[in-house]
Order: sequence, then structure tokens, then C-alpha cells
Amino acid sequence: MTNKSKTELVVSAIENGTVIDHIPASKVLQVINILGLESYDDEVLVGINLDSKKYGKKGIVKVRNKFFQEKEINKIALVAPTATLIVIKNYEVVKKHAVKIPDAIEGIVKCINPNCITNQETITTKFDVVSKDPLKLQCHYCEKTMTNIRFND
Amino acid sequence: MSSLKGKNLISITDYTKEDYMHILRIASEFEKQPKQNILHDKVVASIFFEPSTRTRLSFESAASQLGAKVIGFSNPAATSRSKGESLHDTIKMLSSYSDIIVMRHPSEGAARYASEVASVPFINAGDGSNQHPTQCMLDLYSIYKTQGTLENLQIAMVGDLKYGRTVHSLVQAMCNFGATFHFVSPEELMMPEPVKNHVTKSHLKYTEYRDLDAVIPFADIIYMTRIQRERFTDPLEYEKVKDCYILKASMLQGCKENMRILHPLPRVNEIATDVDATPYAYYFQQAQNGVYVRQALISAILGVKE
Repeated sequence: MTNKSKTELVVSAIENGTVIDHIPASKVLQVINILGLESYDDEVLVGINLDSKKYGKKGIVKVRNKFFQEKEINKIALVAPTATLIVIKNYEVVKKHAVKIPDAIEGIVKCINPNCITNQETITTKFDVVSKDPLKLQCHYCEKTMTNIRFND
Repeated sequence: MSSLKGKNLISITDYTKEDYMHILRIASEFEKQPKQNILHDKVVASIFFEPSTRTRLSFESAASQLGAKVIGFSNPAATSRSKGESLHDTIKMLSSYSDIIVMRHPSEGAARYASEVASVPFINAGDGSNQHPTQCMLDLYSIYKTQGTLENLQIAMVGDLKYGRTVHSLVQAMCNFGATFHFVSPEELMMPEPVKNHVTKSHLKYTEYRDLDAVIPFADIIYMTRIQRERFTDPLEYEKVKDCYILKASMLQGCKENMRILHPLPRVNEIATDVDATPYAYYFQQAQNGVYVRQALISAILGVKE
């Protein structure tokens, strides 16, 4: 049995939905968390520490009947910049693309500075991505740079 | 030269080198003649959400000497803010009452946010520990006046270089003019990496020191700062560094003749009072320059001075 077919046994194919592939193995649970998939009411298949030619070990998440919006894809990119999204319709791959960290992020990230105005009034947060590797964001408002990303609730 | 009409001033990096020089030129005109009735039909809103002496009074003096009406508050407890009004609503309302808004706020980022809400031009008079660009402009004016140029100067900065927002902005601004920087601080209060990176990226040089005496012989400007007690969570840490740099008149022997000492004020004990009488002390004139620079900013942003 080839490695490929072993992987297929671990995480079976889905008819419609999205596969998030090439997630760093240690980030899989975080990806599930930021996308709120713990409370998703359809099938979610998760694989951790699967063999990957490119990365050694990888994680994979298959979400049935789910097609992610740009905001969610940006979240995935911030946590798992190596991830690939595969959109499946009728068991066919209709779209496959690597996620990309955007140059600017609006609304999804929380500023780490407790004294930033965005943590005191109802304001849509904005960040400039000043470095993609390592990831570094600068708050558009308070101008603080941060490497630890926290997402808005 | 590009007009500054309607151009908000939130962060010192919002303005270019040309903008700085434009403001400095107008400020020098106001220094010669500070009372001009050119803003008699304008209303300046001056809103201070936290205490300020020099900045608020110099803004209000600047506007008043140009004939503008000044409205606003310096005690937010006496406004609708105390009833829970948002900053958004306060700024919306003030935009319809005034031609320009000057604001100080204790939260970082409040100025950028308020400027996006406002429908009139906006000047940041300090947002928390983030930016205080008009202080930086008056520092530039003071350096220009005392040195006759801003180009290729030896700038020493002393004291709390970690938390002092004025030194961070001044480094950013002076990077436009080929300065060489000398950072004197205790280890706990060294200049932050992003500021030092800004110097390096500008292809300029900086050196770090523990000893204040080391920079006195060659500095053109010594920019002293107060060690801010309120920044320390551990009082013992504050006690350790609070008196680390005290500049005394006796230390100034051998300094360059053109050297001038600046300080954003208030000072505690970092400049001994015997320095005040030396020709090198410039901090009180520096505070006075704040009026001319703020006159220049208000009138240029309102489009009354070109």
C-alpha cells in the first residue's frame, strides 16, 4: 500500500467542501479554533502529523459543505502561512490555491496594546503587515508592532 | 512646495522633510510677529482628555494671538464623556462646531481614529505614549534656530530613551537630515529596537553609551529627558535609575560653543539649576518656540498661510 492510499484511509474524501492542506502539524488545533470549527454542525475530519514530502509532517482539515470567505482565509494565512486550500464540488477539485498573508488586515485581529483606542471603543481594527516571515503586524491606530496574534472574538 | 491645507498631523511621519521646512519657515515669521489677526473668522476646538500645561496653553495662546476663537475643554469630567459618550460622537459633534480640532487623549491611537471620524482638519496634541508630533516640530524648530541648520548634526539623547515618545519622534524626524545619534541611557531604558532600526535603514549611525560625559565634547544638541516614575511598576527599579544622569554646569567645560541643551519639560533634577544661567541652556526658549510652531501648524493646515 502506498503512502498516498494510507493517507486517504485516515481522512476520507468529501463530496462538497474545503480541504485545508499543508497546515504545520503544530497549528492544526489553532486553525480549528480560529475558524470556530469545534461548533460546526457538519463533518470535520482532522489529520495531524501526516507525512509530507515538502514539510516532513503536516496537518490537514477537511470540512464538509463549507466554503471559506476571504476573512476566514486571511485568518488561516496568519496562523498557517504554508496552508493550501482545496475546494471540492462533487468529489472534484474545482480550485486549489496557497493561502497568502495579505499586506493589510482589517477587523479580524485584536491589538495587543490594552491602552489602544481599539480596545476601548467599538472600532474595526486595522493592521499593516510589516513582516511576513516572521509575522509582524503594526496597529494602524496605536502604531505598536506585535508578533503574537490574537483574534477578535 | 505642496500646500499643507487640510493635511492632518497625527504622527511625525505623516509629514515630509519639505513639510517640516515649510512649517519652520512660517514659524520664524510668527516669531518676528506673533500677533496677527489672520484667524479672526476661525474656531479652534482644543479638547484635552488628560492634563497638560505647556501643550494646551501654547496651542490656545497660539490660536488666540492669531484672532481665532478657542472652544473646548481640559477636564472631560465636565463633559458628556462622563455620561458615557463615545469618542466617535464627541468628534462628530465638534466637527460641526469648529474649523480645526486639536486633541490630547490618554489612549494610543485615539488621534488617528478621531482624525478619521472628523470632517475638519485634525492635530494630535499627544495620544498616550504613542505620538506627540507638535512637540517634535518645536524640537526641530529649536534645533534649526540654535544651529542654523538641521543637516548633519551630532544629536545626543539622554535618560529615558525607552518610554520617551519625544525622543522616538525626534529620531524619526532627524533621520531626514543626516544626523549622527548618540544614545545615553541606563540599560533598563535603552532606545527600542524599532527606533534604532529606523536609523540603520536610513543609512545613518548611532552609538549607545552609559556615560553622559562621553558625549559632551562633540554633541551639537544634548536632548535631556525625565525618567518617568509613572512608567515603572516596580518602585525599586525606579529608585535604581532615577538619578542616573544629572547634567551640571561644571560638566560643560570643553563642550562645543554651539552646543545647546534641550528638554521637553517638565524637568525633575536631570538638569541642575546652575545650568540655566549658562549659554547652553535652551529649554525655556524651546517651550516658547512651541507657540510659534503651533501658530504655523494651525494657520498652514487651515490654508491661511502658504
